[in-house]
Parts: sequence; structure tokens; C-alpha cells
Amino acid sequence: MSKNIKLISIVLFALFSFFILLKGLDKSNTYSPSIDKSKIDFNFKSKYLFSEKEVFLNELLKNEGMTLINIWASWCLPCKDEHAYLLKLKSLNNLNIIGINYKDNENNAKQFLSELGNPYTKIITDPNGINSIELGAFGVPETYLIENKSKLIIKKFIGPLDDKSFIQLTKIIQ
Amino acid sequence: MNKMKILLKLIIIFLFFQNFSSAETSQQVDKISKNLRCLICQGQSVYDSQSDFALSMKILIQNKIDEGNNEEQIYDFLKNKYGEWIVYDPEINKNTLLLWVLPLILFVFGGILILRKVSIK
Repeated sequence: MSKNIKLISIVLFALFSFFILLKGLDKSNTYSPSIDKSKIDFNFKSKYLFSEKEVFLNELLKNEGMTLINIWASWCLPCKDEHAYLLKLKSLNNLNIIGINYKDNENNAKQFLSELGNPYTKIITDPNGINSIELGAFGVPETYLIENKSKLIIKKFIGPLDDKSFIQLTKIIQ
Repeated sequence: MNKMKILLKLIIIFLFFQNFSSAETSQQVDKISKNLRCLICQGQSVYDSQSDFALSMKILIQNKIDEGNNEEQIYDFLKNKYGEWIVYDPEINKNTLLLWVLPLILFVFGGILILRKVSIK
């Protein structure tokens, strides 16, 4: 009898550990701040791409509607894949899209845009990656949908945009 | 000639202190970056990693120190952006309670087992 209990408890314990591990593996490690904390200080200065002028990011956000911030670089291959979606978003909704050019070379960036088209209203540079960290980014490409009035991040896409995220985005914007 | 000597001394002293202070802040950057997890690398700290993310993070930490932020403020800033996961030393809260309490429970449980064994003998 006591042998049985031992066996059952060992099996139960193994099952318990298995499910805890399974759940742990399932959980994504990417963190999104809670709504009250996702308010971002857009008050950092950055240089425009192809110009020496500097601007504060919050000057680029309009007062109404939403803004899409996209972090990209010419050396980043997935950025090429998602570029078509950005162009589509631009033409569909006349969305204010701000590009952050991440650790890039200006000539390469210029070539990238002339080859694939320019969906951005304004592009600012991030030569050493610290502006992207202010936004809570991990790397390129990354896209943030921001409500202009409250300056909150409504939606965050880590990695390139795809069909699924495109549909999500258009739904929220409309 | 004398003036030249004094000037030379001043320059040497100036250079010495300059180096000294920059070494001090870079030590602080090292210390802070050792306590931060590089989120896009596996099992590396920001200090160890040479990834783009970690390199930017080190620049950011240096800038924050230059702006006059202390260690705690920098951790808070990054936790706000990236969550508790970025620091190696987890705080006690609802989610990490088990992590902190479990060793204590096991210790007490083990103690009870030993005591019982000893008292049975």
C-alpha cells in the first residue's frame, strides 16, 4: 500500500514538474510594460536622416490620431520584407509613419529607400542605438503604434511585419 | 623656462585626473552592465556581450551616469522599459515570492526531518 502511494506521488510530482516546465517554455519572454508605464518620454533629440538638423521626437507626433514608429536599417534583411507592408499602410490610411534609421550608413539608407520606396513622413537617425532603447526596443526591425494624444504605445511588433500584423494594424487604425 | 615647467606640470596633472575620472565612470558602467541581462543573447550579461543591443546599452549607461543618474535610477529606468527580467537580481513581489521563499521552506523542512531522525534515535 505504502509502495503504491510512493509510486503515485512520484508520478504526480513528475507530471507537476512537466506541466510547470511546459508552461514556462510556452510563456514568451518579451515584455510589454503595463499601460500606465508604457507612456514614453519622447523628449529625446535626434538628427534627421540626410540633414544636419536635429529634432525632438515628440515634435514629430501630431496631436490627433496615431503614429507608427518603425525602426529599420538598410543592412537588415527582414526590414526589406516588411517594407511592402509599410508602403501599403501609408497608401491605405495616409498614416504618419516615422522611421528610425538604426546604426546605418546614410548612403546605404538612401539607396535602400530609392530602391524600395519611402513610406516615412520623417526619418530620424539612431547612430548608436540609444534612442531605440528609450523606446524599449531590442533591435531591428521593430514597429510601434502610438496614440498621439496620450503618447501611449498601443501595439508593439517585435520583428518584421507580416500579413497577420498588417491586418491587426489596419483594424486598430480604422 | 620656469613658466614652461609649471605649465608642463599642470598639463600632466590635468591629464592624470582626466584619465582617472574616466576610468572611474567606465568601472561603474562595467559594474552596472554586469548586473543586466542581455535580452537578445542567451545566458550573457550586457557586460559580456558584443551584440548591437548590448553595445548600445553600454553607451546609454555611460550617458545616464554622465547626466548624473545613480545606479538605482538606471536600473529603474531599464526595468520600466524592459521589465524585471533585465536585472539579474529579482525583487520580491507576487511573481517571485516562491523563488525567494522556497529555499527557506526547504531549509525548515530539512531541519524538521533531521530533528525527527535525531529524536527517534
